[in-house]
Amino acid sequence: MLDELDKKIIAIMQDEFPLVAEPYRQIADQIGITEEELLERLRTYQKSGKIRKMGAVLRHREIGYAANALCAWIIPQERIQEVGEIFAKLAVVTHCYARDTQPGWPYNFYTMLHAHNREECNAIAKTLSEQIAISEYIMLFSTKEWKKNSMQYFKEDNNHIE
Amino acid sequence: MLTAFDKRLLNILQTDLSFDSRPFAVIAQRLGTEESIVIERLQLLKKQGFIRRIGPFFDSSKLGYIGTLVALEVETDAIPAVATFINAHCGVTHNYERDGKFNLWFTLFSHNRKAQDEMLDSVRKLAGVVQLINLPATKKFKVSVQFNLS
Repeated sequence: MLDELDKKIIAIMQDEFPLVAEPYRQIADQIGITEEELLERLRTYQKSGKIRKMGAVLRHREIGYAANALCAWIIPQERIQEVGEIFAKLAVVTHCYARDTQPGWPYNFYTMLHAHNREECNAIAKTLSEQIAISEYIMLFSTKEWKKNSMQYFKEDNNHIE
Repeated sequence: MLTAFDKRLLNILQTDLSFDSRPFAVIAQRLGTEESIVIERLQLLKKQGFIRRIGPFFDSSKLGYIGTLVALEVETDAIPAVATFINAHCGVTHNYERDGKFNLWFTLFSHNRKAQDEMLDSVRKLAGVVQLINLPATKKFKVSVQFNLS
């Protein structure tokens, strides 16, 4: 279980990471704990899988990956595990989920593809499709980004306290 | 333009910022350079907009959140108002207009099922929303946005 200090740490770690020699000391000071205490908690989260990775997210448009497509598939139930494992290994696939279907919407499997342009996205999807011998998929290209954020965990809880 | 040094730096920074007192010194050592050079370069790359965010990436389910993907069919004229309403919710991380019958797609993280239902009900009632489908994940195979710069 997470205690109040955990929630405080998790919330503050989503703020701007200080680009200074001792960033964790600066963050710890803000919270009012020691740097060692903070690092120890962070290492514990990493060990337990609460933290998946520590690092940077790049703006993919700026680094040349201008196109992104959500590619939705119809995968037979008995092949979901196998296909998921194949796709998860590929660098071009950044997100891969099996999902519920809905009436009128039979797609049960989703991959996020990033590429330099739409043609490249289409070519990647075609390759994936051939690789698993399943051709029922739809490309959902984004036409406008209304919001893209990292999740602000426990921020709302802190707001309630204030 | 990114230099060869920037690309090496960003490739490391995407996954390997350590929980050490001086994490940038650790990276500098791997790159055969000085801590101060790494920090200066990162400040510049951040300012130039190449870096969206630096920090830990949490597993939402292990923090007690439930996530879902939601697709909406919205009348074209109503999209800006509906998108703005959705954006205002702090559990919404991505909200994209997309080609097709379902033309607005967003991801939502909530503390529990009840909070998720309430949010989706309020979206369903918005003017111009024809249909909403909730597509919760049944299995997560991969979440790793990582680009190999070369």
